[in-house]
Order: sequence, then structure tokens, then C-alpha cells
Amino acid sequence: MEEVSEMPAGGEGDGGKGLQCFPDPGGTGAQMPFFDHILENVLENVLCFLTSRRDRNAASLVCKSWYRAEAQTRIELFIGNCYAVSPSRAVGRFRRVRSLVLKGKPRFADFNLVPLEWGARLTPWLTAMAPAYTCLEQICLKRVTVADDDLFLLACSFPRFRDLSLICCDGFTTAGLAIIAQNCRYGIHLSIQGISDRFTTAGLYQFESWFSSTRNLRSLDLIENDVEDDEDEAVDWVSMFPPGNTCLESLVFDCVACPVNFEALASLVARSPFLQRLRVNEHISAGHLCQLLARAPQITDLGTGSFAASGDADDAETALESAFHASKSLSCLSGFRGIAAEYLHTIHPVCAHLTSLNFSYALISPQQLTPIITCCPNLETLWVLDSVGDDGLQMVAASCRKLKKLTVFPLEATEDSEGSVSDVGLIAISAGCRKLRSILYFCQRMTNNAVVTMSQNCQELVVFRLCIMGRHRPDHLTGEPMDEGFGAIVKNCKNLTRLAVSGLLTDVAFAYIGKYGKLLRTLSVAFAGNTDLSLRYLLQGCPRLQKLEIRDCPFGDAGLLSGIDHYYNMRFLWMSSCRLSLNGCEEVARALPRMVVEVIKDMPGVENDSVQKLYMYRSLVGPRNDAPTFVNIL
Amino acid sequence: MSTETAKSSTESEISGLNYEETELKLGLPGSTHATGSEPERKRGFSETVDLKLGRSLGVNFDYLTAESSANRASAGVKPSSNKAQVVGWPPVRSFRKIALKSCAYVKVAVDGAPYLRKVDLEMYAGYQQLLTALKEMFSCFTICNSPNTNERRLVDPLNGAEYVPTYEDKDGDWMLVGDVPWKMFVASCKRLRLMKSSEAVNLECLSSPANDFV
Repeated sequence: MEEVSEMPAGGEGDGGKGLQCFPDPGGTGAQMPFFDHILENVLENVLCFLTSRRDRNAASLVCKSWYRAEAQTRIELFIGNCYAVSPSRAVGRFRRVRSLVLKGKPRFADFNLVPLEWGARLTPWLTAMAPAYTCLEQICLKRVTVADDDLFLLACSFPRFRDLSLICCDGFTTAGLAIIAQNCRYGIHLSIQGISDRFTTAGLYQFESWFSSTRNLRSLDLIENDVEDDEDEAVDWVSMFPPGNTCLESLVFDCVACPVNFEALASLVARSPFLQRLRVNEHISAGHLCQLLARAPQITDLGTGSFAASGDADDAETALESAFHASKSLSCLSGFRGIAAEYLHTIHPVCAHLTSLNFSYALISPQQLTPIITCCPNLETLWVLDSVGDDGLQMVAASCRKLKKLTVFPLEATEDSEGSVSDVGLIAISAGCRKLRSILYFCQRMTNNAVVTMSQNCQELVVFRLCIMGRHRPDHLTGEPMDEGFGAIVKNCKNLTRLAVSGLLTDVAFAYIGKYGKLLRTLSVAFAGNTDLSLRYLLQGCPRLQKLEIRDCPFGDAGLLSGIDHYYNMRFLWMSSCRLSLNGCEEVARALPRMVVEVIKDMPGVENDSVQKLYMYRSLVGPRNDAPTFVNIL
Repeated sequence: MSTETAKSSTESEISGLNYEETELKLGLPGSTHATGSEPERKRGFSETVDLKLGRSLGVNFDYLTAESSANRASAGVKPSSNKAQVVGWPPVRSFRKIALKSCAYVKVAVDGAPYLRKVDLEMYAGYQQLLTALKEMFSCFTICNSPNTNERRLVDPLNGAEYVPTYEDKDGDWMLVGDVPWKMFVASCKRLRLMKSSEAVNLECLSSPANDFV
């Protein structure tokens, strides 16, 4: 996740080192001594085996020759912050990229903390890449604003393009997607997750209509996306897949809100022999699901749609039972968007081989969960709602010894909700799931003892995210702050790289994090800490800290300034609703010329010295030129 | 839908909230509440305790606390009265909240009819509305309020048969609709059955699981 490495200041560009021969970055090597030319070729042939970007960053810093060779051989380009480097600079250095990962807005944008129109547009990147990256095959965008015109440019510019992954993006419609499909001569892996704007089936229709000119679409994945058509305007996009066998390997549309033409879908599935993943939306009833499964027994990953009866007496139960009986390859199940838990038992035949199960949209009680979960000994990933309760989590702990990732979402995501899971469930999980690597746990009642116990039992934890939803809640048994619990996590879980804290926390908690969180890269803090000391502990104690997002904490300028020596090592700092003033932020901006210090106001007209939202990140190119009026770059 | 949510929350919700929400007054460990007392008490901002800056943290902290006080003063201290919902908290994405909104759908079965319907109990404010909806749904009934009790019955005018609305609760027992307060009913009702009156007498004994609708 580190920024693309750049040569240290002295090495920027080809500044005078005194050698007579410098090849131009284009690498013709015309002026290079013969021996050096061979060396660089050899180097390139060796370096193309380096895949880790951190290794590549390190290699590029060895000397100029290695820098050039590495640049020529990097085919996967990762840009963790689209504003940290300019498109032209990236394209100028890396000429042969085939795969791009680009991230835009800060994560708090997911929770409506970043105003719309803030930025992170794809357009300037495409403009730079289009003439240069003729071999581009894959693009993965996260929290980037993508316009239809961008997708048009994308489709026109990269003849080998085949994989598009959009996660939490916005700004486009399916009209843009249609054009992608038309111009891709090779197969496409299209994955769109969490799209939040104007994603219509009308566009999907156009998208699919272009398929007649290409039969090579491999995947169309629309994940966590809001499709905003009115029912009247919904278009039958599924019918637009070309006749004959397809190359489809993955079809995911579980978040498309409009009904789809079932006959067309069934026909499509029947003629997609390579289909591995199929995730349908909630308008597909259980009865219909059976028919789809019957046509695709090779499926390994299934999103079950509503998993409920269609309203009329629709006894899909027997059909479901036999369908799952026949689906020997299923290892991943999700969906369950409807309410009908009475069909749950039909998945029984596949439970033994399930490695991933997502019940996070299903209101399931402990009694309903138990018969299923006790038959899933190979589960590695589990998502549930807290409706399963501590009892349900006890059953998970008893049954899923191989569990690596657990997510417990709240049924009722408000501060005042009852919360159905607690410290009891956490302790149970920690006792049973010793191999746990990642946990996200929403609750209302927690104790230090439970968190400490988890830290002792689950020492392989890499990600620990605990969200006590009521703000400032202490240990509900002792009344004490949650300092000791989180302290134990950072102390005992030596591989921890990501942490989210909550509950009543004092500076002591942050002292612990600073002292023990030596591998910590990502930290989320909300409604915690007493004084600026907390921030100082973090910034001066955690050498690997890359991403720090803070909201509603009593941290002020003194805390902010205590990190001046560290900010260049970080990807970004976000602080909102804290106690920062313009003076403090300006002082940071003055001290650190390569930081871009953005003060975001979303209350127009409020003119005072306090800073509502600070977003600060290192950049090689200085302040961006596309900042909206509500962003003040210091 | 999510976009609208995002827009409205960005423009309107934030404006009223941020300054109040930053007024955190956090207690030092053990300073303001006895151990274990009121562990379940929900904490609003008006209930959060005063931060006694520097009291037991030692003198080193004075310069920091002084600045914190100054910042607090400049931010405009506004005690909040109610528990306003804060933007983006708890950090659950809006599409996840929306997807789970309707969780009071129950199936409705009518004795003698081959089909089922579904109703969202949360759409109704009370029993009368529910019965009206059921009446419209099955279209052949009229509502007849029994003069003797609080029971409400549905009457099929064709054959004069009376139907009693019953429901299966969370424990699997079949109860008469109307016996408990509406909200309790909504929370505990798993499915509805319009039972012929003649059979309804069996509801006198409570734990008779209905195995017709498994």
C-alpha cells in the first residue's frame, strides 16, 4: 500500500551525476555503453519476476539502472491515493502497465463524511493512460468518480481491456458500461462494487446489446451498487446477451434493484458452461433459483437472491433440496435477502464444503442458525447479523474451527439499539476460532475482559475492528474505559496491521497503541481519547502507520503538530469534528511543503477559525487543480 | 436511493450536528461512576461527564490541556439536549441499512384457500388497519366486530363462515390476534392464519404447533 517509490531528491530526473551516458527514459539505450545496456536487459529479465510492489519499490531505489529496469518491467501499478502523484508522471515512469489499481476518496466517504463532488475523478488518468498504455487489460477503481465518458474513453483506448472492477465508485450509468462491452475484443471481467450513483438498467441494456459484437465477456459483476431505475423504466438487459454459448465465468448483480427477465436469465445460465459465480438479486425467488441451479451445477459461488417464496403458494422447498443436493461444487453462498428462513435447511447438502457464507442480509435467530452452522466445519469466512445473538456465536465457535474472517453487522444500526451480541459472543468466538485473522464486530455491550481474552486466544489477528455503537460506552461490567482491552490487542496480536477502536477510551489506550502497535498500518478512531497526547502517542509510536482516520475526538493543533516528523511516511490523515484550527493546519502546511493539506468545509457561510474536516496527504505534485470551492488547500 | 441519502445527510444533517458533537467531555477512569453502577445507561452528550483536565494526569499535560481548553472555547460550547443521530455513525453503509428495513413481513394463510399472501406489519398502525388490509387482500371477507369480546372476526358472506385471525408467535404458539398491544404483536408475530371459528376453540390450549404451514 505504499506510494510508488521515487528516487530521493538528488536522483529526481537525470540530474548531473557526471556520467557521460544517460539513456533517455524511453529506453532506447542509444547512448548507453554497451555493457550497461546488456546489464539493464539482464536486470529487466530478472525483475519481471518481482511481483510485490514493495519489493519493486525497494529495487527501484538501488541505483538509476535498477530504477529504469524496474520501471520498464512493472506491469501492475498500484496508486493508493490518486492525488499523491500525477497521471502524467506515473505514465511517464511506468510504460508497460497492464493492470492498474487506483484509489480515490478517503474511506469515510462511505459514511457520508466527504461531500459529493469532492474529487477523485478518473478522467485525468484516462487521458494520460490512453495514448500510453496500449496493453492495459485490467483496471480496479475504488472510491473513484467515473463518468460515462470515461468509460467510453476506456473502451476505445485499450484494445486488450478485459477486467473492470469498480468498488464504491460513482458518477456513471450503464450507458457507459455498454460501451465498455462493445469495444472489448477479449473477455471482460467486470466487477462493480458499491456503486452509489445513477446506475440504471437502461445502461445495462445497452451494455449487453454490445455483446453481440463480442462473445468474450467473462464476468459482469455488479456488487453493492444502487440501481436507480424506476420500475417503469427498467430495461431487460439480461435478454441482450448474445445467443449461443458465452464465456461468462461470473455474473453478479445482487444489488440491481429492478426485477430481471427470468426466462432470459435462465437461458443465459444454461448456455454459459464456464459460469463459476452467479449472484442474483432479491427479485429471484427460491423457485426460480432452483431452475437456475439446475442449469448450472458447476457453480462454485452462489448468491441466492431472496431465498423466499414468491408470494403465491410456491413450494420451492423440495426443489431447493434436490438442487443443492446436485450442486457438489458450491463453496461460497450469499444472498438470502428475503425473510423466509424456512428454506434455510435446504442448503444442508453443501454445508460440509462451504468455505464462505454470507448471512449479513438475513434475519436469522440463534435457533435458525444452529442446524446450519454446526454442519459447516470448513467455513473460513462468515458474515452474520447480530440477530444470531451470543448464542448463535457460541455455535459458530463450536463448529467453525477454521474460521479466519468474521463480520457481525447490526440489524439495527443506531446508537440506542439493544444490540443482540456482546462480550459473551466475543469470548465464545475467541475460544473456538483460534485461527481468526480478521474480525469486524458491532455491539452495544463489551468488556475489557472479553477483548483481552480474544487477544490471548487469537494471536493471528491481523484485523481487529470493534464497534461499540453507543458512543463513549465503558466496560459494561466494571464501568472502566476500554483502554485495557485494546491495549491487550495491540500487545498480544503481533501481526496486527489494522485496528478500529470504539467505546470509552482515554489517552492510556493510545499510549498502548503507540507502544505496541509497531506493525499497525490502518487505524480508525471515533469519539475517543482525552487530550492531544493520544495523537502524539500514535504519531510518534507507530512507525508503519499509513492511514489514520479520526472523527469526533478532542484532538487539537498540538496533537496535529506532534506528527510533523511522521506525516511524510503516511498515505493520509483524516480528522473531522476534532478541535483543529486553521492556524494549526497552516503551520503543518508551512512545515511540510509536500503535504497537501485540505480543509473541507461543508457548511457554507460559517467563517471561523475552526476546521471541520481535515484531509491531509503526501503528494509529489502539490495541490490539485480540481478542488471544488468547499475545499481550501493550505 | 443511497445517493439521496448521502446528499441529504451531507447538506442538512451535518449542519446541525458537528459542533455539538465535538463537545466531548470524557471522564477519567473511575472518576465519575461507581464500578458497575448503571452499566446499561445510555450515554447522551448531556450525560457525558466533565473532563477534569490535569487533575490526575500530572503536570506534563498542562500545556496540552490548556490548548484543548482554548480550542474548546473557540469552537463554541453548546450543550446538546437530546441524543441526535450523528452522521455516519455507527459506521454502517446506507445500502446495508436500507436493505434490512422491512423485517416485519409475515405470511398470511386462510383456511381453505390454496394461496398465501404476505403483509408488512410495520405498514399498519393498529389492528383495525391490519384487518382492513386483510379484508381487501382476500376480498371476500367483511369485518364483523363481535359484540361480546374484543375479538374481531372476518365473515365470508358467501357461506357465513366466520374466520378468526390468529397468529403464530416467536415461541411457536398460536394466539388470537388482538390480545396483546399492537407493538408487541408486531414484534412477536411470525405468521398469520385466518382460522375458521370452529377450529379457533382449540386455541384455548396455547402450545399447539400448527404444522400446516411448515
